[in-house]
Amino acid sequence: MPARRRAAVTIIAIGVALLAFPFVDRNNAQIDFMANAGAFILLALGLNIVVGFAGLLDLGYAAFFAIGSYSYAMLASQQFGIHIPFWVMLFVASGIAAIFGILLGAPTLRLRGDYLAIVTLGFGEIVPQTFLNLEKYTNGPNGISSLDQPSLFGKAFGFSATPYYYVTLVLIALGIVVASNLQNSRLGRAWMAIREDELAARHMGINTTAAKLSAFALGASFSGLAGVVYAAKLNLVSPDEFQFNVSVLVLSMLVLGGMGNIAGVIIGSFVLSFINSFLLPQSTSLAHAAGLVNLDFTNYRFMLYGVILVLMMLFRPEGLIPSRQRKAEFHEALSDPTLAAQEQAEYSGAAAAP
Amino acid sequence: MTPMLRLSEVRKVFGGLVALNDLSFEVAPGSIVAMIGPNGAGKSTVFNLITGVYQPTHGSIDLEGRSLRGLDTAAIASLGIARTFQNVRLFAFMSARDNVMTGRHARMRANLVDSLLHTPAQRAEEKSVRERARELLRFVGLEREADSYARNLPYGSQRRLEIARGLAGDPKLLLLDEPAAGMNPKEKESLIDLIGRIRARGVTIFLIEHDMQLVMNVSERVTVLDHGEKIAEGAPEVVRRDERVIEAYLGRADGAA
Repeated sequence: MPARRRAAVTIIAIGVALLAFPFVDRNNAQIDFMANAGAFILLALGLNIVVGFAGLLDLGYAAFFAIGSYSYAMLASQQFGIHIPFWVMLFVASGIAAIFGILLGAPTLRLRGDYLAIVTLGFGEIVPQTFLNLEKYTNGPNGISSLDQPSLFGKAFGFSATPYYYVTLVLIALGIVVASNLQNSRLGRAWMAIREDELAARHMGINTTAAKLSAFALGASFSGLAGVVYAAKLNLVSPDEFQFNVSVLVLSMLVLGGMGNIAGVIIGSFVLSFINSFLLPQSTSLAHAAGLVNLDFTNYRFMLYGVILVLMMLFRPEGLIPSRQRKAEFHEALSDPTLAAQEQAEYSGAAAAP
Repeated sequence: MTPMLRLSEVRKVFGGLVALNDLSFEVAPGSIVAMIGPNGAGKSTVFNLITGVYQPTHGSIDLEGRSLRGLDTAAIASLGIARTFQNVRLFAFMSARDNVMTGRHARMRANLVDSLLHTPAQRAEEKSVRERARELLRFVGLEREADSYARNLPYGSQRRLEIARGLAGDPKLLLLDEPAAGMNPKEKESLIDLIGRIRARGVTIFLIEHDMQLVMNVSERVTVLDHGEKIAEGAPEVVRRDERVIEAYLGRADGAA
């Protein structure tokens, strides 16, 4: 199978290049950027389970990132004098995030589409606000600082970004395996069935409540992992890091890369991270060096996202590397009248169908 | 003999509208029973009550003597009732194979951990369900379309795929909601053949149909519904000559539909 072999060779080559990266590029800022990008890839992989697989539009995903980060900050710092090791916290925080995924998912079970989006948007606002206002426990706007440093075999991570880079690399590799395993499984099919037609899914004997809650829980657990790594590396958490724009950023990564497709999601998040944390700051410093002191490209970040999203919607709505079904959806749906007619009939007949 | 399906005085009221008025009938195991009636007679409501989409306002529905009262759609499906829909409701952006495999959901055992880790048991199960899906796709004549998206299949094939998906869970009872709708005569003929073959697998069939040719050809018993009430019941050739049935279909001078 040459196609499969080519894929394997590509994956190995990318893997080796990523492993070698910190040795080739010794600029700590750039390794730090890669580690941050890795955290966002984890977030995007998690959100892809909720939005891409199960079709549940979640606009408050940053809430789980916040919960993961704050879990580490509260359970591995001087804050309460609790010092759970970093490696254990990866499990603990993803578990905590998963539990909150279920808690926040449960009230939304009956909602779909726009309504679900609005409620999750609300949760996305409530969670950082709660961390902001629980000053007694979280130091409010100041956040929690001096978090415990991870160490491996007695050696502390220190201020180098390299160990964090490798940790995110391993977590992403695990995340890819988990996500693709899920996609090709009984549960993955149940999610996709719910995404396609919830009523028909119930007629297959799918417990839609359990399936949706497991999507919320598993999706959130990824951001628990991302939160721990992110907080430990930054050595600080504060509520303003988890605002609505983070949720939008991660969702944009999915849209850009191709919702439902794991490779697409990874590339989409890398490209946006690159623009966000590398291209814009770098071009700003270039501009400053050239004497354009008042120019700050990072201020145009959201305008740029907006332009990218509009261009994507116009020219490549299925994303850079779409999953097969998204491609089919966007390029054939409009030309096929039967599906539209069918949907019409369903909506008009759904309320009372004697 | 315990009937496969029994409806006893089932009533369904939507707001002020009585969609079904004390409907009672039975479907014997292994039989093919049809329900006919003009548009709006309440036929699809009967299916929606059997599958738990609606709960009856009054009356009871039993599957092999077991009451379905209070069970939700997923639980009823797991008991062995499969259905197709009047407007085909496939998982449009999933392959034909995945549609059929999803139909097996309730009979599969893989839990969250199995799905997450692809345990040996999960792999073995996936393999056997995949094989089974292949067999069912062949059974309905879609073996070559296994990888096509459900939405890309021609309409007649979509209807067949929906039947294959329904059969995937080894149902005792298969509900077919206007299976011949929109089919050309040739497709209809092979549908009649397919329905016979499904019964030969030991599946009881209860179908709603407008197409008289199909009803007269396949069904052993016919129940006729009009305005939510049963107006006739019996063998097809008897029902066909029933005056109330003719009246319900052709209407009278006073314009009763």
